[in-house]
Amino acid sequence: MAVGSFAGSIADSHMAVRNYIVPTDLSLDDLRSIFALTDEIIKDCQKFQDVCKSKVMASLFFEPSTRTKFSFDAAMYRLGGNVIGFADPNTTSQAKGESLADTTRIISGYADLITVRSPYEGAAKHMSMYSSVPIINAGDGGHEHPTQTLTDLMAIRHYKQTLDGHVIGICGDLKFGRTIHSLISALSRYPNNKFVFISPPELQLPDYVAHNIDQSMILRQTDSLINEIGNVDILYMSRVQKERFVSEAEYLRLRDYYILNAEKMKRAKKDMVVMHPLPRLNEISAEVDSDERAIYFEQARYGMYVRMALIMNLLDLG
Amino acid sequence: MIYVDSLNEGIVIDHIRAGAGFDIFFQLGLDKIDSVVLLMRNVPSEKMGRKDLIKVESNFELNLDILGLIDPNVTINIIQDGKIMKKFKLELPAAVSGILKCKNPRCISHREEIADSMFYLYDEQKRYYKCEYCDSVTWL
Repeated sequence: MAVGSFAGSIADSHMAVRNYIVPTDLSLDDLRSIFALTDEIIKDCQKFQDVCKSKVMASLFFEPSTRTKFSFDAAMYRLGGNVIGFADPNTTSQAKGESLADTTRIISGYADLITVRSPYEGAAKHMSMYSSVPIINAGDGGHEHPTQTLTDLMAIRHYKQTLDGHVIGICGDLKFGRTIHSLISALSRYPNNKFVFISPPELQLPDYVAHNIDQSMILRQTDSLINEIGNVDILYMSRVQKERFVSEAEYLRLRDYYILNAEKMKRAKKDMVVMHPLPRLNEISAEVDSDERAIYFEQARYGMYVRMALIMNLLDLG
Repeated sequence: MIYVDSLNEGIVIDHIRAGAGFDIFFQLGLDKIDSVVLLMRNVPSEKMGRKDLIKVESNFELNLDILGLIDPNVTINIIQDGKIMKKFKLELPAAVSGILKCKNPRCISHREEIADSMFYLYDEQKRYYKCEYCDSVTWL
């Protein structure tokens, strides 16, 4: 956004902008383009170093983040752009009580796109109604985390060659796990995928997530990891989301409900892969890390590259 | 026997589920209008056993979304010159705004002032709606 084009930018602010709030905001064609672009970026990252020259990304993280924030910031810097943001949300006007709508109106006048993480579910969608630049949802409470899903899909595409025809076991906190909600929504768009949902009864998948997919894709809902581990092609483990619990005692009771260890891995298929959005706590023992089927650290490496491709796509620079 | 004048001009909301009349009365704001309003409860009905019924001596603008949400089975009769000019059944609205509140305490709609947030019909039988922001299911 050039300073000299102030009047123009105000007029442009009424034009439709593309956001990425939930996985279905990108068509399957968009996804194909983004994955192909990610492949190109991985092959020769330097080729893209000036693509976002003079572009500014506002990085609004109202909740803690390591991987997502760093990968977004690194993505923008590697594209030659700049990042504005804050280290501590308590130093922002939000802490003074300003509405998110007003904050968005102002920030969207300073930046070319906004990434936001908020503890409030639906925050990114709300911001998109007041923004003149693209909004990227970097996680809204226990609702959605669609850019983690891009990372996950890239990893599945690499390690399993295709995004269709898999039996996917989703294990852990299915109630509050926003990465899980986004992943299910995304994978349900590809043919012949089947899901096995593995969780304690208290942390079952919300109805609205299960309701939104073709019911024939749901093989089972169970609380037994040991009984299902041999049946799945992909095992997606997740952390119990401490920050969403009201009761500490309830969290402690459920925290270690599932622990994937070497013994359980003996029952899994030889070509099964174990994924995790990270951070990992006790749900995967360190002894599993050396198993070649454990791909969670490699999975995380796609995060920056696929976010570079997403930024380019939303800014029509791809 | 209660004697009630027949309406010359106005609206009759008939076949209200017995007990839901008060709710509809207040949700429609009938306690705030100047016109003659009659709420009858537990009226014997061949079809329903008992029903509630509301007569309003005014052609005020009915909020059909509210009516549909509370009791989609009611019948609306529009009366002009003492005759039923129009009679129709309600359906659950596919989308509503300004009536429901999201039941999810983590929803952004509780942090921000959002007057017209939309809710979309999710389960017709249970009359559940889905919040446009957080997708949580809510009902009246």
